[in-house]
Amino acid sequence: MIIDCPCCGRRPVSEFSYIGDAEAAKPDMHAPAAEWVKAVYTRTNPRGMHLEHWQHLHGCRQFLKIQRDTLTHEIFSVELVGVYASGEGE
Amino acid sequence: MTSFRIDKPSGVDFEKPVNFTFDGRTYRGFAGDTVASALLANGVHLFGRSFKYHQPRGVMGAHVEEANALITIGRGAHAEPNLQATTIPVTEGMEVYSQNRWPSLKLDLLSINQLAAPLLSAGFYYKTFMGPTKRSWMLYEPFIRRAAGLGAVSTSPDDQAYEKDHRFCDVLIIGGGVTGIAAGLAAARSGLRVILVDDRNVWGGQMAGVDDDLSGQPLDQWISHSIRELRELGAELLSRTTAFGVYDGHVHGAVQRLADVSSHDGVRRPLQRFLKIVAKHSILATGAFENPMLFRNNSLPGVMLADTARHFMDRFSVACGKQIVIYTNNDSAYGAARRLAEAGLNVAALIDTRPSVSAACQSLATHIGASHLVGWQVEKAHGRHRVKAVSVCKIDDQRQKQRISSDCLAMSGGWNPVVHLASHMGMAPVYSEPMGAFIVDPDNLPSHCHVAGPVAGTLDLPSCVNGGFAAGMEVARQLGSTPPDPIEATAMHGFIGDWPMKADVETLSEKAMLDFQNDVTLGDIKLAVVEGYSATEHLKRYTTLGMGTDQGRTSNINAISLLTQLTGQQIENIRPTRFRPPFTPITLGALVGHHVGDHAQPTRLTPMHDWHAAQGAMMVPVGLWWRPRAYLKPGETLREAYIREAGNVRENVGICDVSTLGKIAVQGPDAGVFLDRVYTNNFATLPVGKARYGLMLRDDGMVLDDGTSWRLGENDYLMTTTTGGAGAVMQHLERLHNLYWPDLRVSFVSVTGQWAGMSVAGPKSRQVLGKAFSGTDFSDAALPIMGVMSIKTASGTILVARLSFSGELAYEVFCPACMGTEIWCDLLSHGADFGIQPYGTEALGALRIEKGHVAGGELDGRVSPYNLRLDGMLSKKKWFFGKPLLERDGLYDDDQYRLVGLISEDRQPLQAGAHVVFGDKASPGPSQGWVSSVTYSPSLDEEIGLALVKKRALEKDTGMYAANPVAGIHRKVRIVSHHFLDPEGHRMRL
Ligand SMILES: [Zn+2]
Repeated sequence: MIIDCPCCGRRPVSEFSYIGDAEAAKPDMHAPAAEWVKAVYTRTNPRGMHLEHWQHLHGCRQFLKIQRDTLTHEIFSVELVGVYASGEGE
Repeated sequence: MTSFRIDKPSGVDFEKPVNFTFDGRTYRGFAGDTVASALLANGVHLFGRSFKYHQPRGVMGAHVEEANALITIGRGAHAEPNLQATTIPVTEGMEVYSQNRWPSLKLDLLSINQLAAPLLSAGFYYKTFMGPTKRSWMLYEPFIRRAAGLGAVSTSPDDQAYEKDHRFCDVLIIGGGVTGIAAGLAAARSGLRVILVDDRNVWGGQMAGVDDDLSGQPLDQWISHSIRELRELGAELLSRTTAFGVYDGHVHGAVQRLADVSSHDGVRRPLQRFLKIVAKHSILATGAFENPMLFRNNSLPGVMLADTARHFMDRFSVACGKQIVIYTNNDSAYGAARRLAEAGLNVAALIDTRPSVSAACQSLATHIGASHLVGWQVEKAHGRHRVKAVSVCKIDDQRQKQRISSDCLAMSGGWNPVVHLASHMGMAPVYSEPMGAFIVDPDNLPSHCHVAGPVAGTLDLPSCVNGGFAAGMEVARQLGSTPPDPIEATAMHGFIGDWPMKADVETLSEKAMLDFQNDVTLGDIKLAVVEGYSATEHLKRYTTLGMGTDQGRTSNINAISLLTQLTGQQIENIRPTRFRPPFTPITLGALVGHHVGDHAQPTRLTPMHDWHAAQGAMMVPVGLWWRPRAYLKPGETLREAYIREAGNVRENVGICDVSTLGKIAVQGPDAGVFLDRVYTNNFATLPVGKARYGLMLRDDGMVLDDGTSWRLGENDYLMTTTTGGAGAVMQHLERLHNLYWPDLRVSFVSVTGQWAGMSVAGPKSRQVLGKAFSGTDFSDAALPIMGVMSIKTASGTILVARLSFSGELAYEVFCPACMGTEIWCDLLSHGADFGIQPYGTEALGALRIEKGHVAGGELDGRVSPYNLRLDGMLSKKKWFFGKPLLERDGLYDDDQYRLVGLISEDRQPLQAGAHVVFGDKASPGPSQGWVSSVTYSPSLDEEIGLALVKKRALEKDTGMYAANPVAGIHRKVRIVSHHFLDPEGHRMRL
């Protein structure tokens, strides 16, 4: 797999670290335990299109939201998320 | 010794003899020979014994389709098993061994398996060893392992050299036959970066040496001219290179065989090179393999594929027999027959299963003077170690029989395109009625992948060349280059046409071998179908058809064709089993490359490493780091050394290199808020100039890591982590910041390598610091427990924090890495009067276990703060990451583990990993927990350990044992508090 990092360009998957399901709910800090159980343990694990978080661990260390087909491993979109998502940076 | 060479030029150089051994006996071949051709030229047809029945086996295929002639090259640590004799060029002094025979190839006692054949039928393993008779596996396994197997892998370390490399190109062409060469020409002429790989050591594939013309030019000349042109155009040509797998992102795995045996001149050259090839486009020009015919004893040495017999003659001047019988169901074998006859070999008969053949075939048979039996089939091959005769009969009147003397039966059951690499990409091949085989439908392929030649459904020479060229042009167009003009190649002989006829399953012997490598017969297929395993994937697993190292290259089509007849299915509706990488077996050596031994992973050294090394410290790997384990004095054992070092810390003062601790600079206006969220305890109130011990949890509430964070300034914290946890903690912080709280103004930088760290511990540590940094006040008032101060020097700022891991009065001194050795030596020399001694990880461990501090042994990712009795660290006032799931009731029930201390009752050492049980050695009973860390305690003069034991078990403690059944050790233990020493912490408050 090759991921087109918005900061670094096309890089082999071995530079990246899978973080988790980007479709899973991200509970609010004070949300009840039941919501956290859902977020941490309940996964759709789809065969096909999936939104995922990856980190360019051995590169810019940025977090990416990737739309990927889990069957063919084809990647449809890569976008920067987190602190620098707006593209402004510091 | 009779020579089976014929007088004709070929790919072997008769001026250059090469001597090699086969099972200890010396044979002579020539430069250009393979092991197979050299042995056949010496009249050796018996190469090995088959997998299950130990039947004698010889060469059946021309190259990588060979299923039988598997050999081992070399001996001992250098032995490489399961190589195909047809793919390995002979070299001077090469040692070749046959496989799967005992005690010798000719006299194989285990061929008695042939008599037991009914017992080894389809599903044998499942029927015999599953269900109620499962235990019998234990009984029979050693025998079966010896009886059924391939070559043996050496258990000695392989000291030969291998390497890895990367390649990038516009187009990767897999297959260096005429199709691939034509594709390469079109692409290279368009200016593309071309890589052409082929697993043979000559270019032209199966057409190398074939007597034909291409557009008026001799075929061999066209091949050599094209290869020269490709080189001139800058294409990279990799021969003896197998593209073994296709992966996502246009990544191809390939292994290049540079040599088969190590050179004897003492120069260390790589044997194999593992290549990762990233290609914008790929063209599969992987050709086709000939299928065998099915009859009784079709696996006997001397029975081979028709084009293989032709190939050995054309490429190596080898006559595979003196009286050849051709057996076919299609036209292609007539070309082989013509060529063999023209070379002067005696083609005695042409047996064709088809009811009638074309006039061209008839006149060819007449031309070569062979007896032509149309509508006939071979019933059986006769012979023990080599075919001597064949019995044939008329298909529609089986009373008409003949027996024909023959020492070589050359068969052709049509051609099977090599669709493996397309299958790796998830593409299901489609059935081609005219070809009688499965091919690749280009519409099923991703746009960057192309096919040409037999894989695309064409088999004749001009179509392959034209198709290959067109594929190269197509790639050029897609990449925006201008392709050259198309070519319209013509051939003199080419291919006659008319495709294979399927055999009627009713007319075939049940003993006909389908899978030559795994010994799967037609009878096995019939049995599997009767028993309900008729889907291709089920059939494969039940009978092991196609599961050998050859992946059913020569058995697939025959099996599927029979399966359709047995089940009444349409072949178009059958989905062949999916092929998976690797296409051919790959050595682990090639995959690992030079990443072995010291080079298996990077090595991290602390700034003071050279000092430790100069002292002769015993070093130990901790993750990627190397740390001093103990500083052994002459004559001292490790145990004596760490007891001395730890004792000296309790009595005087010691110094330990802690540079390996993870260090993260956490900075920004919201750094405090952030730390307050990620640590379970309160950090909002930490003043500048103070450090605090903190516990960090994962999403699920389990402990991620522990460490201290030091507040250096208003918005400036220095976080320390465990040595092993540094990477995971950094990623955890980044993830929470980016995915949960991107609004917080905080940033993280790993500064592990920037700071050298040393722990100065012991009752006299304050005096040592006072002397080393004269003028700095280290009194309890100036630097209280958990206090942090910075000392400015000309070379940089030094941080001193009063932290204790050992339980003694202790300080952590951090300085810029470049000052590490200087400060370390300074502290040692100023500490000499106070009895300072360096201490290593063993003493560090002993000291922390005496204090009941948790470390790697306890923090294994499965423990909660409650398990570690660190629930006091969980703030009740604030929210922290991991808190919600920590509130699950189950994490506090009676089956939860609790940290305890253990003392060995009989004063014998305990072992980490041992289980805590109630019973004695004879009846230990179920595990109640495990021992996580052990040491001898100099302070207590006891063998102690930390353990995690079930709360329920602790409540009815009636005496416990630490059980290590693997080592046969069972020790009586006493359960105590994990705070073995100074539970109130008086010692560090000096
Ligand atoms: Zn990046």
